[in-house]
Amino acid sequence: MANVFTIAKRELAGYFGTPIAYVFLVIFVILSGVVTFHLGNFFARGSADLSAFFNYVPWLLLVFIPAVSMRLWAEERKSGTVELLMTLPISPWEAVTGKWLASVGFIAVAFVATFPLWITVNYLGDPDNGVIMVSYLGALALAAVLLAMGSCVSAFTKNQVIAFVLAVAIAFVIVTSGTPIVLDTVRAIAPKPIVDAVAAMSALTHFIGTGQGFVALSSVVYAISMVVFWLFATVIVLSNKKAD
Amino acid sequence: MTALLEIDGLYKAFGPVRAVNGISLSVPAGEVLGFLGPNGAGKSTTMKMVAGFLDPDQGSARICGDDILLSPKAAKQNLGYLPEGAPAYGEMTPVGFLKFCASIRGLKGAQGRAAVDKAIKRTALSSVAGQTIDTLSKGFKRRVGIAQAILHEPKVLVLDEPTDGLDPNQKQQVRDLIAELSEGRAIVISTHILDEVDAVCSRAVIIDQGKVVADGTADELRQLIPGKKTPSLDEVFRYITTSDAVHRSEGDHG
Repeated sequence: MANVFTIAKRELAGYFGTPIAYVFLVIFVILSGVVTFHLGNFFARGSADLSAFFNYVPWLLLVFIPAVSMRLWAEERKSGTVELLMTLPISPWEAVTGKWLASVGFIAVAFVATFPLWITVNYLGDPDNGVIMVSYLGALALAAVLLAMGSCVSAFTKNQVIAFVLAVAIAFVIVTSGTPIVLDTVRAIAPKPIVDAVAAMSALTHFIGTGQGFVALSSVVYAISMVVFWLFATVIVLSNKKAD
Repeated sequence: MTALLEIDGLYKAFGPVRAVNGISLSVPAGEVLGFLGPNGAGKSTTMKMVAGFLDPDQGSARICGDDILLSPKAAKQNLGYLPEGAPAYGEMTPVGFLKFCASIRGLKGAQGRAAVDKAIKRTALSSVAGQTIDTLSKGFKRRVGIAQAILHEPKVLVLDEPTDGLDPNQKQQVRDLIAELSEGRAIVISTHILDEVDAVCSRAVIIDQGKVVADGTADELRQLIPGKKTPSLDEVFRYITTSDAVHRSEGDHG
């Protein structure tokens, strides 16, 4: 387990070793403000809460998560450091978990950086900070699921652009499965069991619950099983593709 | 002498190409083995399998008795490996990078710092220890890779082209370092530079098309060309690895 944290620490330091992290954080915070106050009609709603922000979080993550996850393994494979990492005395799951954990940590930093929104609603009114806290945790769980998926996609290719585009497409399916736009399309091309499976994968349904300050056990199970599944898939993909 | 590194019947194919075709070797303590062969002969693939990066189709390698497939963590603890091209995390400094490797290898706190200091001193990296690796010259990058490989004083060192890209002075430093490290250790270095064999290796193996085609000291290899008194190792290499020679040797065995 110590190795997981050593890898996560190195990886997280790696994010901040380049300007990319700061560019990412600044744009994420600016866009968070834009969606909350502009698209979310914050002032017209007349309610001091952050639901205007959290309604848009899945759509922000749809683009921002693949931007973080695309480099996780594609870059290691391209630069050859994957050979160094995998010949150190660590197991593949330690490497995969460590790097994923760092990416979750980075997104957590991005969420913390949206604190001006929280200060604003507390200044303007008397919001339920418990609901806000649960909503943030829900957003982080959604990010964790999408990052685990992005990690797997990134292990597939040395090309970060391909990793980004594929991750956006799969993230779209994960977030929106269960909505008519996805289910109708799947129904047209796949049998019912697959339609049901896609519907059950819907992250949006679970995420909406946390936006109301409500954490269902099924949502916790969903998030954990999705993360475990995608990280396990990453280990498998990496074992087969690392030397290509 | 007990062998610290034992390679036992390694096979690896990539699609229809048989990259490694039944290589067996054993390297005892105190030996520096030069691993020679033309490009594409299977040198790097063999080294990747020994280091546990690639899974062989058949066969295995044991490092200090630990099988790289069955107990990879134990085997890797006793192995220092420099991958081809000496990859390292470019945004890190050599010190940060070596501290990370030390930490993974269980060298933490004062013990880790001492190991990093020693590796930096041995590879003459002090002057650039605080610069990011991306900004370093090829020679320095190579030495960062070597420092990472020797950090934990491993019993077995596998170095894929350790002197590639170094200037003559740096090459000599690395050769001196390898000679210094050889006591009590098994070292395998792959190289294209045949001078290296005379300079630093106690034994050389030439592989071609995934097979061992010659194995011996530099002097023993020189005797492989019949009727020529003191051929250069370049001549021996060309004689052994040209396709005519391979066919001739296959015919001899057949």
